[in-house]
Amino acid sequence: MKVQILGTGCPKCKALAELAEKTLHENGFEFELEKVTDAFQIMKFSVMSTPALVINGKVKVSGRLPSPEEIIKFAKDAENE
Amino acid sequence: MFDILKQFAGLIVDSVLRLPAGCNCSSGLQFFIEETIKIFLLLTVMIYVIAWLRASLNVEKVRDYLKGKNRFFGYVTAASFGAVTPFCSCSSIPLFLGFTSARIPVGITMSFLITSPMINEAVVVMLGGLLGVKLTMIYVIFGMLAGIIGGIFFDIIKAERFLTFKVEPLPASDAGAATAASSKLSLRDRHRFAVGELKDIMKRVWLWIFIGVGIGAFIHGFVPQAYIVEHLGGGQWWSVPAAVGLGIPLYSNATGMIPVIDVLIRKGLPAGTALAFMMSTVAVSLPEFVMLKQVMKTRMLIYFFVYLLIFFTLCGWVLNLVCNNQL
Repeated sequence: MKVQILGTGCPKCKALAELAEKTLHENGFEFELEKVTDAFQIMKFSVMSTPALVINGKVKVSGRLPSPEEIIKFAKDAENE
Repeated sequence: MFDILKQFAGLIVDSVLRLPAGCNCSSGLQFFIEETIKIFLLLTVMIYVIAWLRASLNVEKVRDYLKGKNRFFGYVTAASFGAVTPFCSCSSIPLFLGFTSARIPVGITMSFLITSPMINEAVVVMLGGLLGVKLTMIYVIFGMLAGIIGGIFFDIIKAERFLTFKVEPLPASDAGAATAASSKLSLRDRHRFAVGELKDIMKRVWLWIFIGVGIGAFIHGFVPQAYIVEHLGGGQWWSVPAAVGLGIPLYSNATGMIPVIDVLIRKGLPAGTALAFMMSTVAVSLPEFVMLKQVMKTRMLIYFFVYLLIFFTLCGWVLNLVCNNQL
């Protein structure tokens, strides 16, 4: 699946990227991670508060850091779709 | 209620540490213990309560709420939302784009953007604890006015001319995605959110509280009143715009500025000059101007700078004139 981290480079955005990568990796998901830092690109997801986590083109969470459990749930949901 | 704290602090200083009564070090230490506990208590309660109430509020809701509102009402509401929603300057560009593409007037968006970094619950508690309720109220009022008047100003000069992009309506698919996170919250969700916020904010401000109170305690215990009175700042008229001009490009968050302002005021810098410096440092910074350049033309950034310079200078002058440092 395709995982995108939206964020203009704030500490929380980096934290989310690391957390998502670590969590998904440890739980054996196959994924490809991309960081989207351009504000106009971020706007295309109509996200206004960063960081945001996007899986397979769908915004899962924005404006906060999700817990590892949430990330796993999002990833499972995305795989089942 | 805080009498208990005073007694507790006194007990530690007198009975546990056995410092001699009447010594500078004991009154300073007592002040330090009492004040840090007080601020941490207040901060914990305030952050938790506000986060609990705010759990279901997010910028998407704010945007939807502001859409198509009456102009004047819009400025006031945008500034109020700015005050209660947490703000990270790295979100300012996506937020700016999101608001304007929802057809919210540029001025109303600016009201939100100006007030947001200036006012939040941690600032209110720390200012209140260190500098007193009066100055805190003045700060909050100035912060709100900065946003409201700024918003009106940008709409009067028709600031939408100065944007680097064309305003296009949001894609239709937006509705579902952006509001996905705002589903109904249970009490437990709210509690979890509030605890998360509490940890998050405390992690950022605890050091500033120790520094701020520590400086206050030092002055409380060791610097005699006469010194401050004698060296009281002259308050020359140009000192306010100079402080503001210096403060605007500097970057600091509001909580980090409070210990600095605390020490400046205690050292005798007029309160108006000190607050004007704080507001200008907190509201914008050079890095933020660079970011805003993506969406605003240089003309607009210059207007923005000049507006803040004039507004904060006026705030400082008025405050110096009215209170004459009697706060």
